[in-house]
Amino acid sequence: MPIREKDGQKEWLRREPAKQYAIWAGWMLGGMLFVWCWALISENTIWEFLYDADEQAASLIGRMIPPDWSITGSLMKPLWDTINIATVGTALGILIAFPLAFLAARNTTPHASLRAVALAIIVSSRSINALIWAMLLVTIVGPGIFAGMLAIALRSIGFVGKLLYEAIEEIHPTPVEAITATGASGPQVLAYSVWPQILPAFAGISVYRWDINIREATTLGLVGAGGIGLQMNAAINNLAWAQVATVFVLIFATVVLSEWVSAKVRHAVI
Amino acid sequence: MSQNSTSAADVQRLQLLQQGVWSPLPLIRRRWLRVSLNLGVLAYVIAAWLSVDVNWDRVAQGMDRGVEFIASFMSPDFVSRSGEIFVGLQESLTMTFTATIIGVLLAVPVGLGAARNIAPAPVYYICRTIIALSRTFQEIIIAILFVAMFGFGPLAGVITLAFATIGFMAKLLAEDIEDAQREPLEAIRATGGTWLQWVNYAVQPQVMPRLIGLSLYRLDINFRESAVIGIVGAGGIGATLNTSINRYDYDTSAAILLLIIAIVLLSEYFSGYVRRWTQ
Repeated sequence: MPIREKDGQKEWLRREPAKQYAIWAGWMLGGMLFVWCWALISENTIWEFLYDADEQAASLIGRMIPPDWSITGSLMKPLWDTINIATVGTALGILIAFPLAFLAARNTTPHASLRAVALAIIVSSRSINALIWAMLLVTIVGPGIFAGMLAIALRSIGFVGKLLYEAIEEIHPTPVEAITATGASGPQVLAYSVWPQILPAFAGISVYRWDINIREATTLGLVGAGGIGLQMNAAINNLAWAQVATVFVLIFATVVLSEWVSAKVRHAVI
Repeated sequence: MSQNSTSAADVQRLQLLQQGVWSPLPLIRRRWLRVSLNLGVLAYVIAAWLSVDVNWDRVAQGMDRGVEFIASFMSPDFVSRSGEIFVGLQESLTMTFTATIIGVLLAVPVGLGAARNIAPAPVYYICRTIIALSRTFQEIIIAILFVAMFGFGPLAGVITLAFATIGFMAKLLAEDIEDAQREPLEAIRATGGTWLQWVNYAVQPQVMPRLIGLSLYRLDINFRESAVIGIVGAGGIGATLNTSINRYDYDTSAAILLLIIAIVLLSEYFSGYVRRWTQ
């Protein structure tokens, strides 16, 4: 325990002096980095825009209220598209992520090199936002709902794959040994000892991702990948903020609903 | 009720077993729920299939471009747009760092207020509303609003990311505080400490390791998001990436994507290291 003598009295210190100085230096470096970053941002900001930010905010909110409810009917088809993008995209993503997770899990992978490839796919898919995938896919397969589905699927692969392979690595080895001891083939071992153990995690992860995908699908239209985001983008470009507000309310309602469904399902399976 | 039907199914299963026919237990025990769920899924798939129109000709036309894009990962072009890429990445990284720090600092009081075991009811409801608002809307939607209010540039991005960080961190922090052990809380309270001392000596030590881990995780998320909000004018690498994709300049896009992946990997490695060190 570090103790310092001061005026003949012993004083308790929490840390060794050298460690304490190192921590202070760390805080100081962090603080300097923050100030430097802030200076860079400040340089690139047009502060004149900020002087009337409160007026801008007030007028923005003023133009949003009341929302323009007359367009609600025409928004139902885009909303249905959005839900389809999220659901079909999640299903596609899971289809690809499922075998990938078995390749990526240390205890089920057939070969170390396959594991490395699977991990690389999972990491690249996870690092890139669905919106970026959508931008790319719009230039490749053309604008529309199909690009959105593929974008959601590509982003979901990494998420579902990572959580699922972690779940596979955490399974109990005893059932695997028991099934193997009966003389079961490789697929049978997977089906009767691994699969039942990861089933709750799998269901939970899938529904969780679906819930996230509903949120993400609402914005994909901004880059032309279908769904309610298209209408939102059009309304924003027309500066029709009352219509934007209607879209926001619908998005809010959908997200709250999907979160409720996802919480219910996860509660039921876990 | 369903008790009867399940036991009848059990009896049938047992009889089949005695004849040497084994089948795994159904996933959902209640037959009506199982059947209606399956029918519901089938109905949804049909409805979705009928309402989705895909222009397969356009998809087929785009395949060349898809191959070109994948091939461009073999020949990423870091050089010809290096200036724009450098400025964009620098802006993304600075935005990420400042926004995470500001967001976490603001999330701490909100998180304290949103924990049911330490906050009074009115404060609890106010803080929970802030969290719900921040969590419902995607960063990009918030960015659109903040760009309209504060003008183009990285400041709108910083505010967006900080706002999104508040909801994320405050929710998880509040849950962590609600799960905290009661004994230290009572012990510090029994010594007659003030509220601040109570939070500092009873709550803080219990949640700090997780708070650090989550902050690093959020740093990672904020970087990924900072690559996106540039599309609507909130600064960062997103604008450069958007331009390169729209120009079909896939070599540059691939270079930017590879850089993003590399930075995410690095930060993940780093945060794993720090988390092992703090816990």
